[in-house]
Parts: sequence; C-alpha cells; structure tokens
Amino acid sequence: MISLLLRDMKLAFRVGGGALTGILFFLVVVTIVPFAVGPDLNLLSKIGPAILWIAALLASLLGLDRLFQQDREDGSLDVIIIQPRSITAIVFIKCLSHWLANGLPLIIATPIFGLFMNMEPLAIGAVLVTLLIGTPAITFIGAVGAAVTVSLPRGGLLLAVLILPLVIPVLIFGVSASYGAIQDPAPFTSPFLILCALTLFFSVLGPITAGWMLSQSTD
Amino acid sequence: MTDTTTKSAGFWAWFWDLANPTRFLGIANWLIPVLATITFILLGIGLYLGFSAPQDYQQGATVQIMFIHVPASWTAMMCYSVMSISALGTLVWRHPLADVSIRAAAPLGAAFTFLALITGSLWGKPMWGTWWVWDARLTSVLILFIIYMGLIALARAIEEPTAAARSLAIITLIGFINIPIIKFSVDWWNTLHQPASVSRLAKPAMDAVFLYPLLTMALAYTTLFFTLHLMAMRNEIFRRRIRSMRMSAARKFENQPVGKRN
Repeated sequence: MISLLLRDMKLAFRVGGGALTGILFFLVVVTIVPFAVGPDLNLLSKIGPAILWIAALLASLLGLDRLFQQDREDGSLDVIIIQPRSITAIVFIKCLSHWLANGLPLIIATPIFGLFMNMEPLAIGAVLVTLLIGTPAITFIGAVGAAVTVSLPRGGLLLAVLILPLVIPVLIFGVSASYGAIQDPAPFTSPFLILCALTLFFSVLGPITAGWMLSQSTD
Repeated sequence: MTDTTTKSAGFWAWFWDLANPTRFLGIANWLIPVLATITFILLGIGLYLGFSAPQDYQQGATVQIMFIHVPASWTAMMCYSVMSISALGTLVWRHPLADVSIRAAAPLGAAFTFLALITGSLWGKPMWGTWWVWDARLTSVLILFIIYMGLIALARAIEEPTAAARSLAIITLIGFINIPIIKFSVDWWNTLHQPASVSRLAKPAMDAVFLYPLLTMALAYTTLFFTLHLMAMRNEIFRRRIRSMRMSAARKFENQPVGKRN
C-alpha cells in the first residue's frame, strides 16, 4: 500500500504528471476574476471565499481524469486490479495519493491567492480549513466518475459533468462554512461539521463504488 | 425419476419472457398503438377541461399553465424513477432490456424536464415578476436536467452498447438522490415556489375544478411517456440489430478471398 502511494506521488510530480498544472490553473482562475468583476478591493474580499472555492473545485475536477487514465494507458491498471488485495483499499490509496499530489498543493497555495483577493487572515484561514476538509471529498466522488470514464476519449469533461450534482453540496457547505467564520450571525460549526460528514461518507462510498466499477470493466 | 423439466418461475415468468427482445417487440407492436390512442383521448379531455376551467381570482388566465407545467415536472421525476428501477434491473437482476430502457428514457426525461423548466419560467414571469430565481425547487430541477444530459452524453460516448450498461446504471442510481431533494425541497427550504398542494398527507388543497383537469393531464402525460418509452426501446433494439448486422456483414466481407470480393 505504501509503495503504491509513493509510486503514484513520484509519477505525479515527474514530467508527465501534471500535478503542478493544477496550481497554475487555480492561479489562472483567480487572476481572471478581477479582470471580469473589476479591481474593487472591497468587492473582491466579499466574494473571495467563493472564488477560491470555485477555482479549487474546477482545478480538482480537471485533474481527476488522471486518477486512472495514466495507469490504464500503460497497462498497469489491469495489474493493479487483479491484485489479491481488496480493490476498495487500492482505490482509496490511489485517491489519497491523488489528493496529496493534486489537492494539497492547491491548499498550500490558497493563502497567497487569498491575498490576491484582499481577504482578511480569518477568511483565508476559514477557506484553508474548509478546502482541507472538502477537497478529499471531491477526489473520492471523482473516483467514481473516473472509473466510469476511464476508457473514454475526452473522458475528463464528461467526468466533470457526471459528478457535478454530487460535488455541489460540498461546494455549498464549504462556502457556507467559510462565510460563517467571518460573518457574525452565520454559523460556522454546522456547515463545517456537515462538510466533514460529507468527506467521511464519500471516503467510504467513493472507493467502494469505483472499485466495483473497475473490477467489472472489461477494458 | 426426477422431474427434469424446468420449473417455471411462477409469477415472474412474464418478466423474464420479456427479456427476449423479439417477444418484447411483439408485445410492443400492439401495445404502442393502444397506449397512443389512450394518450390522445386523455390529452383531449385534459386540455378541454383545463381550458374550460374558470380563471383564478388571483392569477387570472395564467393558472392554466399549471395544467402543462405540473404534469411535466411529475413526469420528469417519474421518468427518473423508471430509469432507476431499470438501473437496478441491470445491476441486480442482469435483465437484458433494462439497459435499453435506460437509454430510451434518458432523452425523454430530459425533454420533460426542459418543458417543466420553460413553462415554469413562463408562469413565473407574470406570477413572481422574474423569469428565474435560485430557490431550492428550481435549482434542484435544473440539476436533474444536468444529470439527464450527463447520462445522455455517457450513453453516446461508449460505442459498444453492453459495455455502457453498468456505467449508465451506476450513474443513474447515484443521481437518484436528487429526486427526494426535489420532492421535499419546498418543505425543507424557504422557497419562492409554492409548497405541495396535491400529494400531501392531508387532502389536496386544490379545488375540484382545478384538480380534475390536473389529474387528467397527469394521467395523459404518464401514458404519453410510456408510449414514447416503448417506441424508443423498440428503436434502440432495432439500432442494435442493425449494428450487429453491419458488423457481421463486414466480417463476411473480410473473410472472403480477395478475388471473390465484389
């Protein structure tokens, strides 16, 4: 298991890995926003948590098709699937390594982008924590979509469309918790706890479903 | 001597008889015209009752949009439920026609959802003053539309029909969580869309003069859906047969010696 984790992380940071392209996309989206809405710092700080969450969500969605496709292309997916270990555990480890390689860099870059959006430290901290809890949920849900679209050309776009309805609650509660931390009457704890619950729920459901799909696919 | 003849499956024998596409086509060939006739009659009665219903004291004549909008949204949700049951049929019982049912129903469901969204928007402008509002009911129906389009895209992306069956079934079942959200959205959230007035535990809150046209149109939409669904399933079966015939013709052509090919 550890060796699978380390292998995936090494592959992700190598030349063809694309892990760091996710941060670049995050940066691009955050940069585009002031061009569109104007440089008014007050407005930017008001929509800052939402924009950071949207950008992180998009960057995660676009990186998800790499979850299984690279392994399928060189044939190692078949080798991994026929292992005697439980396929659910294998998919869980792959999701974990995918999040460590793709999601964690986004989270590390968040404070800088929070400064771009003129957010106060408390807001940046809230977004940081909610992204830390919420992006694994996106990866686990995305595993199901990735397992379904692994053999399709342009599967990445279709994957984003398919899992969008499930990812929306994560976005809703993540942004709600972020705003709850900075706006007085809005609660922080309830949306945050629901976000934690969503991540835990999908950390079980995602790998089980994705593992089953992978073991059923003949391709 | 043991009885070696196969026992019939009893009550469920008809369910597995239908798994044979030819038998299904035989049943569909007489059932579709029957359902279509019933649909036309019910639509006629429903539209007549609907347009002869009195004008609402508050809404005026626009209340008659309800007779098109509400059954459309009910049918959209019912279609997704039919697809979910078919998805269970694929995954649990491996019924061969369940996959055909999902593929056939997805565009129909998308069309009914689109109709519900458009007619609802046309009704909302005179009623609420806005074409669209992001409340729970409208947003979740829009999500349902996105789910339908995603399923159609997935069905078209995989060329081999049987390979797509499992994927379609899983994604359909995953999306089913949206149906209770749509149904209870007006109870759980503060919405602009009105709460449930027909399918409640208490009596329906609507007067009979509006309720009867509504229920007639709902029944008409249901028979319309099943007519179109059977027609679409028939087309899908034919499409798969054409595909196999094409492939076997190509194989035969390939297997002939080069000089004999014409």
